Amino acid sequence: MQNDAMIAGQKTISFTLNGRSVSADVPSYWNVVDLLRAEGLFGARESCGQGMCGCCSVLVDGQAVTGCLMFAQMLDGKEVSTVESFADDDGGLSVVQTAFVEEFAFQCGFCTPGFIVMTEDLLRRNANPSDEDILHHLSGNLCRCATYPEIIKAVRRAAADLQATATQAT
Amino acid sequence: MKDDTTISAGQVGRSVKRHESHEKVTGTAEYVHNLSVPGMLHIKVFRSTLAHGRILSIDTSAAQAFPGVHAVLTGADIKALVPNPYFGPAFHDQPVLAIDKVRYVGEPVAVVLASDPYVAAEAVEMIFAEYEELPAVYDEIEAMDSEVIVHDELKPAGTFPDLKHLVGLRDTNVALDYQLRRGNVEAAFAEAAHVFEDEFRTQAVMHTPLEPMVSLAVPQGRDRLTLHTASQSPSFVRSEIARLLGWPENRVQVKVPFLGGGFGAKLYIKLEALVACVALIVRRPVKLSLTMEEQFYTITKHASTFRIKSAVDAGGRITARRCEVFWNGGAYADIGPRVTQKSGFTAPGPYNIENVEIDSYALYTNRPPAGAFRGFGIPQLVWAYESQMDVIADRLGMDPVEIRRRNLLVDGDLHATGTPMKDAPFLDVLNAVAERMDWDKPFDKGTGPLRRGRGIAIGFKASIAPTTSVATVTIAADGSCSLLMSTVDMGQGSDTAMSQIVAEVLGIAAESIRVVHPDTDATPYDMATLGSRSTFHMGHAVRLAAEDARRKLDEMTDNLALPEGSTPTWAEVFRKTFGMQAGTIVGTGTYIPSYISPDPVSGQSANVTPYWMVGATGVEIEVDTETGAVKVLRLVSAGDLGEPLNPRIVETQLSGAALMQIGGAMLERMDFDAGQVTNASFADYKIPGIRDIPARIENIIVPASQTDGPFGAKGVGETSTFGVAPAIARAVHDAVGVRVDHLPITAEQVFTKLREMESSHAK
Repeated sequence: MQNDAMIAGQKTISFTLNGRSVSADVPSYWNVVDLLRAEGLFGARESCGQGMCGCCSVLVDGQAVTGCLMFAQMLDGKEVSTVESFADDDGGLSVVQTAFVEEFAFQCGFCTPGFIVMTEDLLRRNANPSDEDILHHLSGNLCRCATYPEIIKAVRRAAADLQATATQAT
Repeated sequence: MKDDTTISAGQVGRSVKRHESHEKVTGTAEYVHNLSVPGMLHIKVFRSTLAHGRILSIDTSAAQAFPGVHAVLTGADIKALVPNPYFGPAFHDQPVLAIDKVRYVGEPVAVVLASDPYVAAEAVEMIFAEYEELPAVYDEIEAMDSEVIVHDELKPAGTFPDLKHLVGLRDTNVALDYQLRRGNVEAAFAEAAHVFEDEFRTQAVMHTPLEPMVSLAVPQGRDRLTLHTASQSPSFVRSEIARLLGWPENRVQVKVPFLGGGFGAKLYIKLEALVACVALIVRRPVKLSLTMEEQFYTITKHASTFRIKSAVDAGGRITARRCEVFWNGGAYADIGPRVTQKSGFTAPGPYNIENVEIDSYALYTNRPPAGAFRGFGIPQLVWAYESQMDVIADRLGMDPVEIRRRNLLVDGDLHATGTPMKDAPFLDVLNAVAERMDWDKPFDKGTGPLRRGRGIAIGFKASIAPTTSVATVTIAADGSCSLLMSTVDMGQGSDTAMSQIVAEVLGIAAESIRVVHPDTDATPYDMATLGSRSTFHMGHAVRLAAEDARRKLDEMTDNLALPEGSTPTWAEVFRKTFGMQAGTIVGTGTYIPSYISPDPVSGQSANVTPYWMVGATGVEIEVDTETGAVKVLRLVSAGDLGEPLNPRIVETQLSGAALMQIGGAMLERMDFDAGQVTNASFADYKIPGIRDIPARIENIIVPASQTDGPFGAKGVGETSTFGVAPAIARAVHDAVGVRVDHLPITAEQVFTKLREMESSHAK
């Protein structure tokens, strides 16, 4: 399929994708979103192509990155988590995902995976974020439907729900 | 008759969770963006670098020879397939690929096809075009009498009777001149206590749906074609592609899953003609996915100039108004002529004015085409008439809310078109905002470098008329129910809201209803998902379809002649009727509201719209007098949307539309240099982010009912866009005494005006 001249830089890489080991032949010019699409995952999406909108947010070794700006070959040996990793195997939603549903925190849904990845990331680092913490952590993600008020409510709700669960457990 | 899922009424008016919730939060919702099919080629577009030029030659040889390239096509190849390859909803003026001339920077001139999109993009750089450069016209006022003519001859589509007089007109850039005349404006100006003349301008902005425009065409055998396209108007795409190809409509199938945003950008026909033609030429599936940058070369919101002259009596009553509106339509008409007319007739505002003149002009220029953008021209008009209202109030020393109250239309009054107002509670909507903001109480404006101000504005919109919606409701033999419609869910929640209507009629849970997404092979006609028309039009069609299904089910039950008092489930009715689990009930509904076309000279019509949408905005803002920076602290959006079908979804529509409008009011502006957009990327073009939203955001669903709406409802997708910009402008004036006259209201504009004011005071 690919053209031979350009594919010369192709490399086989191995990485962990949502908990499973993956080996893939990756052209030099692919970004992370290209590779995820080839693996059948469409939650991370290229929109602005400049790392400005956050639609392509994924976690690489626990760090949030914009997948459209990272070359796919750089994933060699890394651990990648995408929005597809948060629901359980039976499709049961995570606390964050449930909060987004309950608060009507999306409209067209195209940016939603990016916001969910960043919210999961925030709440793992900071169980009790202030509103300023929330705004700061989500300021790299854009929602053209401007569902921001509901997203902020969803993050607050998820934080509260996670804390309630943690309190119950102890 | 009862089914296990049968419940009492109350499906409408309940905040049902969105049907697609699970898919959207897990990243598995279907978008054309995600779609690929075996054997598919990717298209990349070679675009014009000139705003106006005659094509002398296009050298595609290096691109053709590049390894991995399947084909390179130009306008000549398209013409070999379609002899007259011009498309558009109002005018057939836009070539599939440029022919003979280019008319704006970014116009598609050639395409490269390859299996690997990176190969196609690389090869596009190897195409060379030579042009004879022609003088260009960019400004809508200059275009009125420029020597530069964008199109030699006007080519209106035959579908609109009111465009017939334009057929064959030459040497003009005016694509449509709409006019309205009522009373005697000149006489009123002559005897007026006060006359106000102002000009207000708006800029070009881009919708930037985060799912960039994308279409995929798949040839089926020799004589059919399937289009998977991120479109707001699948039925129109089908008929327009069929027209271009000279095929019957049933050979073109258009399928639309979810849209990653639309806002008007994905209306009518955009990439579909190109992918359809290319797929048929190369006999392979082809996909065109625009980049964010390329969207800026595809469609914009109209830049506009509005000259408004008003006569006002000593008591603050407007007695006459002349409106001249110039719409910068860019190089191809798209739906601009409809914006010019269908929004143009509301240019005098929601006020009872005896003498009115409107001239509204759609103009061709050498800029990217302008089309529909959430609000369909209304935000541009409200910006001007509400800004002038504040100028008038200021000059007469009147309260801005009070002067509006004195002039607002009330139900029963005649609108400038002669249509009697009905279900348009302007006063209730205005008062709702004023009360929420404690308008009558003192407001602390501050004394230091940070000054505060507040503003209120109100606007309205007519629904596009006349338009048709058709829906199908089916009941399967197990009693489960599906809704088939061509309304596109682009985030506004139509799948959920329409299910609630079906559920209300059938007495079942909205959550149990399956919505079949637009597929023109299966879902019936709908004019388009635009202009906040779906709730009313498709809502009625869906209601009628559900009632039809209900009637058929009742008949089937009656025919069984069961003993008195028996309550079979729906599944039992099917089983007893067909002897097994078999059969389908098909209910259909068609809706078209009544409408009277306005008189072409006077613009008068006794019934110009099926309903009115009313929205008001209130803001409190803070201005940094040292930098000119404006910060919106509080945003109140009030709308009359009849009775809300789904209150939570309605609220996201109200606040979402208002926040999007803050972008166009304060942040966004497409910059041009010799017709070239110079900020076509998110690095240079700033849309509102989570830090740009006001700390206090409030929505008011004004208690009202659209008496002839489905369950009292009407559309709400645009209502809160109307008043945002003028409310902010008034608040800036309230805070620091400067008045802005063009959008966006940037720190730069406010800073400049502050310094001008200071230096004029110093003199």
